[in-house]
Amino acid sequence: MSGGPVIPDFGNPSSCVANDGTFCADWFTAHWSNLFWPALAQHIELTLIAVVIGFAISLAAAVLAHFKGRLAAPVSAVSSFLYTVPPLALFQLLVPVTGFSVLTVEVALVAYSLYLMFTTILTGLREVPEESVRAARGMGLTRRQILFKVELPLALPAVVSGLRVATVMTIGTVAIAAYVIDEGLGSLILKALQSPFNTQFLGAGVLAVALALTADALLVIGGRLLAPWAHTRRAA
Amino acid sequence: MDTFLGSFTFMRDRLPLLLDKTGQHLWMCALVIAISLVVAVPIGLWLGHLHRGEFLTTSISNIGRALPSLAVIAIGLGIIGLNFTNIAVALLITAIPPILSQAYLAVEQVDQDLVRAARGMGLTSTQVLFKVELPLALPLLFSGIRIAVVYVISSATLATVAGGGGLGDIVLGQANYGLQGVIAAALWVAALALLADGALSLAQRLLVPKGLRAAHG
Repeated sequence: MSGGPVIPDFGNPSSCVANDGTFCADWFTAHWSNLFWPALAQHIELTLIAVVIGFAISLAAAVLAHFKGRLAAPVSAVSSFLYTVPPLALFQLLVPVTGFSVLTVEVALVAYSLYLMFTTILTGLREVPEESVRAARGMGLTRRQILFKVELPLALPAVVSGLRVATVMTIGTVAIAAYVIDEGLGSLILKALQSPFNTQFLGAGVLAVALALTADALLVIGGRLLAPWAHTRRAA
Repeated sequence: MDTFLGSFTFMRDRLPLLLDKTGQHLWMCALVIAISLVVAVPIGLWLGHLHRGEFLTTSISNIGRALPSLAVIAIGLGIIGLNFTNIAVALLITAIPPILSQAYLAVEQVDQDLVRAARGMGLTSTQVLFKVELPLALPLLFSGIRIAVVYVISSATLATVAGGGGLGDIVLGQANYGLQGVIAAALWVAALALLADGALSLAQRLLVPKGLRAAHG
């Protein structure tokens, strides 16, 4: 790259960028603040909203199903049906109803997280040893106290494992949401498809994978801090 | 609502196209599932039989679950380029972990008293695996395969990103097929996933020994 006029806005591309090398670290760092970081932040935000709402709904539904056993089967049937519909299809099916909006994405993401969290939380609640509940009742705790002081704490490892799977799944699905809204790491991947540039593929792809692994690790650590007695019980 | 009705008109008018893409889609999924079954089932069963490799199988399944399929395809695009290998690798990464970890857990969780009883009756190690552990492991093994099949059918939609064909061509081809076409193909993929899940649950019912059905539903 010597001499001659250079298109002003693009500066001097490094030889790696000019040859579309596998991964150009200089381009990645140069575009971290205007390309990669905003996409990563959007990705995290979309994931958080979906997981928090999905968790609240699943927890409420699981507690309800735990008290009224008849509810468990229909809720689990509906949520497992939603879970089977491929994400891309669900996004597209929602578009005529809610448009190309964040709402479409969040509705679909929440729908996905329900099955994973509902089933694990309910299983956790049901696996609480009968003796513990009976002992609590014998000590004079009300039904509500038993739920909050005995059952939910004992079900915590299961709750965390459900949260882990749901969070990781959601991070993966948010990448696909880029077909509906121009946000998140997926949108960088889609843009890179229009003018293939390896560094952009790799940068966005690796960031998404790193985000998923980090979120998973954080939840494992959080789970161990909250339920230190049970960190070996649920490895899977 | 018009769009939804339009999608059914699309299905009627463009049936040959949809069937052609469905064929590509299923062929791709069948290939990937077949490879993952051949790779993951024997390894999972054998490791479970030996009660070894828990760390290996759980970490493979955790990592596999953590890898977003579009991200894997993107990384593949950067390294391998635009071709079928890339998609196949991404789909295998989606399919192998659930099958491997469930196959392992299925055998590993078999009641050890039964295994000891079988051994006491003079069964060899291989006989114990095929006559005792495998039949008992089938329900869990099937649940892993069902998860993998549903994942693969839905992720295969993304194959179009790397020029792999399949129904994704229409789902992501709004410019060519309109929103009606997109919805039609999306419904089609959803139906395929549900049908495959249903078919496997039927197969499971036929294959799992009678005595186990009551216990696992």
